[in-house]
Amino acid sequence: MSAAVPAHDSAHHDDHAHAHPTGLTRWLFTTNHKDIGTLYLFFALAMFFLGGSMALAMRAELFQPGLQYLNPEFFNSLTTVHGLVMVFGAIMPAWVGFANWLIPMQIGAADMAFPRMNNWSFWLVVPAAILLVASFFVPGGAAASGWTLYPPLIIQQGISIDMTILAVHILGASSIMGSINIITTILNLRAPGMTLMKMPLFVWTWLITAYLLIAVMPVLAGAVTMLLTDRHFGTSFFNAAGGGDPTMFMHIFWFFGHPEVYIMILPAFGVVSAIIPAFARKPLFGYASMVYATASIALLSFIVWGHHMFTVGMPAAGNLFFMYATMLIAVPTGVKIFNWIATMWQGSMTFETPMLFSIGFLCLFTIGGFSGLVLAVVPVDITLHNTYYVVAHFHYVLVSGALFALFAGAYFWLPKFTGNMYNESLGKLHFWLSVIGFNIAFFPQHFLGLAGMPRRIPDYALQFAEWNMWSSIGAFVFGFSQLLFLYNVIECIRSNRKAADNPWEGADTLEWTHLPSPAPYHTFETAPVVK
Amino acid sequence: MDAALDARNRQMMTKLLVVVVAMLGFGFAMVPMYRQICESLGITQGRVVGAANTQVDASRSVTVELLASSAGLPWRFEALEREVKLHPGQLVTVNYRVVNTLDRPVTANAIMNAAPSNAARYIEKQACFCFSTQTLAAGEEKVMPVVFLVSPSAPKDMTTISLSYTFFEQPRSAS
Repeated sequence: MSAAVPAHDSAHHDDHAHAHPTGLTRWLFTTNHKDIGTLYLFFALAMFFLGGSMALAMRAELFQPGLQYLNPEFFNSLTTVHGLVMVFGAIMPAWVGFANWLIPMQIGAADMAFPRMNNWSFWLVVPAAILLVASFFVPGGAAASGWTLYPPLIIQQGISIDMTILAVHILGASSIMGSINIITTILNLRAPGMTLMKMPLFVWTWLITAYLLIAVMPVLAGAVTMLLTDRHFGTSFFNAAGGGDPTMFMHIFWFFGHPEVYIMILPAFGVVSAIIPAFARKPLFGYASMVYATASIALLSFIVWGHHMFTVGMPAAGNLFFMYATMLIAVPTGVKIFNWIATMWQGSMTFETPMLFSIGFLCLFTIGGFSGLVLAVVPVDITLHNTYYVVAHFHYVLVSGALFALFAGAYFWLPKFTGNMYNESLGKLHFWLSVIGFNIAFFPQHFLGLAGMPRRIPDYALQFAEWNMWSSIGAFVFGFSQLLFLYNVIECIRSNRKAADNPWEGADTLEWTHLPSPAPYHTFETAPVVK
Repeated sequence: MDAALDARNRQMMTKLLVVVVAMLGFGFAMVPMYRQICESLGITQGRVVGAANTQVDASRSVTVELLASSAGLPWRFEALEREVKLHPGQLVTVNYRVVNTLDRPVTANAIMNAAPSNAARYIEKQACFCFSTQTLAAGEEKVMPVVFLVSPSAPKDMTTISLSYTFFEQPRSAS
């Protein structure tokens, strides 16, 4: 993305603060929000392929019953690190990448509020990822307790747990710094006339996401610190032998964990809210209700953590409270779904790749939402707890939810990022292979879960063989079709199909209406006036 | 960036950092909070709160008569209580006193006997002076406990049990 600086910016070239360094130091020391966004996005893509290969290794093992390729301990490590890498290494950094690129451009700001801290936020993520990967090569193997890091298992394993805890600490610090940056940018650096209720929804969803992050990331940091002191400093927060309680870790973890899943999905709502109006050529239906729905989802996310632990023996009143609170979330989420449908209603729709991924998101995320409602019902959850039904549910919301929205966003903004159009036919091929592969991989997992197949196991009873075979076939189709995305991105950067400043008829946010494609290295040094 | 904006940004960062520190504290505060909430609402379901015996059958009582004798051995041996009334499953402690009236040290064994004849299998002793030989110096006096329960599986018509101990002197060694 070493795009030529357009003429209107050349007046600043002698100004040292606006130098445009090149080579490795450009990326190492950059404080430019677009450079940092690019770093985040490529880092997330690399982690996506790393976590994806772990998933494919597991699906290869699960293709048939019996143990073929992996030993059970290594399988457990793969489950754990796949989860951690995808959550903290792929989805979250990808959204931070989009935030860096888009928020300053969409609110008419020159850069983020704290550019140097922005650089730190990114370069902290890299050592954390190295720690996670390196933990595979220490005695005892990588963390094998599941991404939720439950004691007592996690207290007993070797040094890899300490590496994982340190990685989580570093990632938490990075997320908190990034969130402080994003909140300050949005609240202080908006262009004149850009009132809060005129902000694009992507900015709104990220503002709320950033508040969620600074509220719950410190709680996770506290929880893993307690694990660390239980392991090495003789405390007994979670150690029953010393008067502690392993169940309490679950309470603290999921107080972080449930807002965390909305941290991954709220920016997706923002992206889809940008794309659907653009391709339906209609303004977003119910903008204000979208903002309030997002805020309600965020607030409700703090009082539903118990639905992850219905089977630990909470009193019936507690289970009922968490059940009803969880079901309540379906209301604001439903508002969003219906608003998107209403936006498409009688619109002049075209179906380019970003729109296809957004509609895919809409349909499949809704399935994930419905299976979430099923799991919210206490007696049903007690039979489905820790089965493949849960695996199917959260992959529908995180893969066909968050990831599909990321793809939609990537195809939508690639022309603005690179100045070139991506290959539309290859984009569509990527969508169709993804959506078919994804459904073959994950829909049968509902059946497996209902039939009682437990999650996180390398081997299974013979009656589960048929659907596991289909699931593995789908996973390989889905996994390998992502190489097409990598090809599409690189091909788009290198191609010379120049994109128009606004290649989408219906896109009306500042980065399309006020900026050329590709977006220059420095934008909005003089803030635009929004009417 | 002008100075006023810079100051506003730093002010915002400070506020947000306060939230971060507060939430870190909240994470740790959840530990005592959960304990308090669970204790005050009594929802520590399934946890061991004390060593409560859940096997006591409070619906009925058994009277255990305590007897003592010494076969041919001139020891004064008696139970401190005549009898004890208890619920099956309830752990009780009873005491016996023994005095060696001889002018030489004596080593003896206590042997248990119970009536009715099938009662012995329902008496579960946790501690008893009969588990080992007892040696008393000349003129020595000792109080010795028996800790036992009557099994809840004891037949319903077994309302009275006689528990008796008899001391037998051990054959004196060749010396």
